[in-house]
Amino acid sequence: MLWDALTLQLGYNATLVALGATLLGVSAGVTGTFLFLRKRALVSDAISHATLPGVCLAFMALVALGGDGRNLLGLLAGSAISAWAGLLCMNWLTRHTRLAEDAAIGAVLSVFFGFGIVLLTVIQTMGVGRQAGLEGFLLGSTAGMLWADAMIIAIGGAVTLLLVMIIRRPMTLVAFDPEYAAARGLPVHRIDLAMMGLVMAVTVVGLKIVGLILIVALLIIPAVTARFWSERSEHVVLLAGVAGGLAGYIGAAISASAPNLPTGPIIVLVSFAFFVVSLFFAPKRGVLAAVLRHLRFQRRVHIRQGLLALAQGQKIYEPLTLRLLRRAGLARADGVATDTGKARAAKALRDERRWEIVRADLAHEATAALYDGLRDIETVLTRDQIAEIDRRIGGPQGILL
Amino acid sequence: MLDLISNEGVTVGDQGLAESPLAVRGLTVSYGQKPAVFSVDMTVQPGAMTAIIGPNGAGKSTLLKAALGIVSPLSGQVTVFGQPLEKQRARIAYVPQRASVDWDFPTRVIDVVLMGLSRELGLLGRVRARHKACAMDCLNRVGMRDFADRQIGQLSGGQQQRVFLARALAQGADLYLLDEPFAGVDAATEKAIIAVLKSLKEAGKTVVVVHHDLATVTDYFDHVFLINTRKVAEGPVAESFTAETLQSAYGGRLATAQIDQLSRAQG
Amino acid sequence: MSGEEFVPLSLTPLLIGTFAAIACALPGNFLVLRKQALIGDAISHVVLPGIVVAFLVTGTISTWPMMLGAAGAAVVAVVLIEAIRRLGQIEPGAAMGVVFTTMFAAGVLLLEQTDTSTVHLDVEHALYGNLESLIWLDATGWSSLLDIEALAGLPPELPRIALTLVGVTLFTWLFWRPLKISTFDEGFARTIGIRTGVLGMALVITAAIAAVAAFDAVGSIIVIAMFICPPAAARMLTNRLETQIAWSVLFATASAVSGYVLAGYGPLWLGGADAVSAAGMIATMSGLILAAAATFGPCRARIGAHTSA
Repeated sequence: MLWDALTLQLGYNATLVALGATLLGVSAGVTGTFLFLRKRALVSDAISHATLPGVCLAFMALVALGGDGRNLLGLLAGSAISAWAGLLCMNWLTRHTRLAEDAAIGAVLSVFFGFGIVLLTVIQTMGVGRQAGLEGFLLGSTAGMLWADAMIIAIGGAVTLLLVMIIRRPMTLVAFDPEYAAARGLPVHRIDLAMMGLVMAVTVVGLKIVGLILIVALLIIPAVTARFWSERSEHVVLLAGVAGGLAGYIGAAISASAPNLPTGPIIVLVSFAFFVVSLFFAPKRGVLAAVLRHLRFQRRVHIRQGLLALAQGQKIYEPLTLRLLRRAGLARADGVATDTGKARAAKALRDERRWEIVRADLAHEATAALYDGLRDIETVLTRDQIAEIDRRIGGPQGILL
Repeated sequence: MLDLISNEGVTVGDQGLAESPLAVRGLTVSYGQKPAVFSVDMTVQPGAMTAIIGPNGAGKSTLLKAALGIVSPLSGQVTVFGQPLEKQRARIAYVPQRASVDWDFPTRVIDVVLMGLSRELGLLGRVRARHKACAMDCLNRVGMRDFADRQIGQLSGGQQQRVFLARALAQGADLYLLDEPFAGVDAATEKAIIAVLKSLKEAGKTVVVVHHDLATVTDYFDHVFLINTRKVAEGPVAESFTAETLQSAYGGRLATAQIDQLSRAQG
Repeated sequence: MSGEEFVPLSLTPLLIGTFAAIACALPGNFLVLRKQALIGDAISHVVLPGIVVAFLVTGTISTWPMMLGAAGAAVVAVVLIEAIRRLGQIEPGAAMGVVFTTMFAAGVLLLEQTDTSTVHLDVEHALYGNLESLIWLDATGWSSLLDIEALAGLPPELPRIALTLVGVTLFTWLFWRPLKISTFDEGFARTIGIRTGVLGMALVITAAIAAVAAFDAVGSIIVIAMFICPPAAARMLTNRLETQIAWSVLFATASAVSGYVLAGYGPLWLGGADAVSAAGMIATMSGLILAAAATFGPCRARIGAHTSA
């Protein structure tokens, strides 16, 4: 059943939803990355909640004009207008008052949403049954998606994606270093607004499939996921698009394969699964890699410190240092150095002396900057240079081990 | 090889630990994969004014923060008046770098100084007239008495620094630790602060200052601690603040002419 | 309006709304100052999965398991956010976004998978509560306030939120000094021996308890709005924390009362027949108060923006 869904063999509606969700996932992932890199991920939460009053007002306007109120294009236009108003309120609060951005986000989010709920209850009293579609915007509803709806989502998603590609360079610059961008003459405020405009576009396009509460997940999770795998912003953008698209596709397929599996939440959960895998297993930034790296690093620090203490005949205070030295065969249980330990300790101390010379010498300035207490001197200097330094120290020569 | 070890000998005897207001042994702190402070020993002399100096990024502030338990070290031990830090907190006062505080916080100057009395006040103790008087007295000592009712963010950088010093005075500590108190402050503030610190020293208190201005070291301090990730030198200014120690702490970053000038000023 | 009508129909929802608003606004002051305002947002989103899980475990809609479930979910969310932030070195906003959306999605999915046809449990209810239905049918007028029998028929939400308010107030009062110091200058707080990590967690848990108790009665929109809007508005009026707290309590009360009254009677005045959502209206009113404070408040401008020399 799931296989049928993944190969788009579950019928017309399921195929439409799967394709729409994929496109939405790609454009949300790509757009959300800029937001994330700008450290404003949760602005999307304010934008998405701020769509509700617009949807309701548009519905009321459409009904007042004699329509049936469920014209998707009209509702989306309304949602865009109120999201934009919310965005402007948020910007005004952070720029002209002492409120920090998080408080401004929360204020806009809750007030706009609250007002939307008020309007929703007004609509409920307007006529019978006609408001049924509107609650769907909270959590998305893909049942009975029409060809026209799918086209709106597809075109909206594609246009957004195109716009992102066009202004990706200035957005990256602003996200990376807004002050530098401003110094170079980029209109930072306007680029920020454009970025928010794109986020808003994705939000509006995604209302039908995943709803306004969960669209936030599609904007944030793929970007965070992609960040684990690359240090280059272009790659992060691409990977986020792929992660978002895959989550959309797989999520829609799973949701179509059995009853009671709502599309929006499933897409979010699939996306989260990608995130968890990345969090733990990404090669450099992943938790597993970081833990291993930290343990290795801690071991190096303790052994080095232990060796220096041994060389200077000082007492070793830390039980962990002693344990690591013992395990490496460098010291006995009573803290006395073994023969290898003595040799390594002497080498460590001599290296410190050598570093002292290097760091006090103008000629070695670039090398001196590499000093961190752990680096072996032979990794940064040639044998000849070391020999030269040893001559300046005096004492026994030729310890290189 | 063996004689190299014995040459070095035991540099710092542990007999200093019990009397020292602040003693650090084998302290290593790292942010990420590069140690900011590596295997540092420090023994602060009681009743002295000690400057911690070193180039930017040499771990000066980190050393202070680790000694206070604000950042957690990778290894090493800290004793305060011969005991673990936790038992002696009441005897330490700390003046952080100005940048670490939310200046938009809704609070007045006098409230900030009263924070220094919070140990005495406990959770629910009422602020009484004598507490207020004590806080005002501390403000007076730093020349900020007239600003007691101002919102903290309305002050200039130098004035804010003085308020922080007043808060530390209110703590009535025996050991004062200051992180770059002279950074970005006006000349009047610098004078006021140094006068207060000298009066503390005369009262037998111990003062440790993270300091960045090499030109004033000899005027202000009697002990120095030079650090560049590792300890470079430690001791009385006359012995430890020399051309060689500066050269090894600052390496290429300090022109020879500058060093000559500094060591001449001292001689 | 006469007591005969007011006491049974409006008194209890008004009190519940007001108590809920104040219980959220009190910790909200500190959350806003600590730039953790959106913790309130995150908490209120994860209450849904907490309640659904509690329902799945116990099989009934009873209050205490659900409150426990919701509080548990809030704690799980906060711990997860912190873990993801530290483990993945991700900025707190994004970590929050990952956690609360996922937990909310899981809650919706669980709800869809569960047969809730026999009980009143749905997403809409979780979002905007049902303040209007918390009426006191046993009351006949003001005299009922002294009538033990009638008092027994009070909606259980009222004593619950009152108790929560007492707890939140106690916490704020008891830990006032450490909260203030550690919010202003965390480094200094640690040097005088305040356990800032524990205190921060305690604040978040207090906020979570307030959110859960309030949520039970008024839904999650009020919760977010009251965490943020009254303290934010109060922030524009004063430069003293003590005064700010007082203003925020006043604003929370004003939002709750005016919102409830407008929701109930506003449509009638405008010629409509039915009331609108009280929860939504209370949030809207708090927004209008914030807008007014942000436009006219004497202390609305940022000061001390220069953080580094």
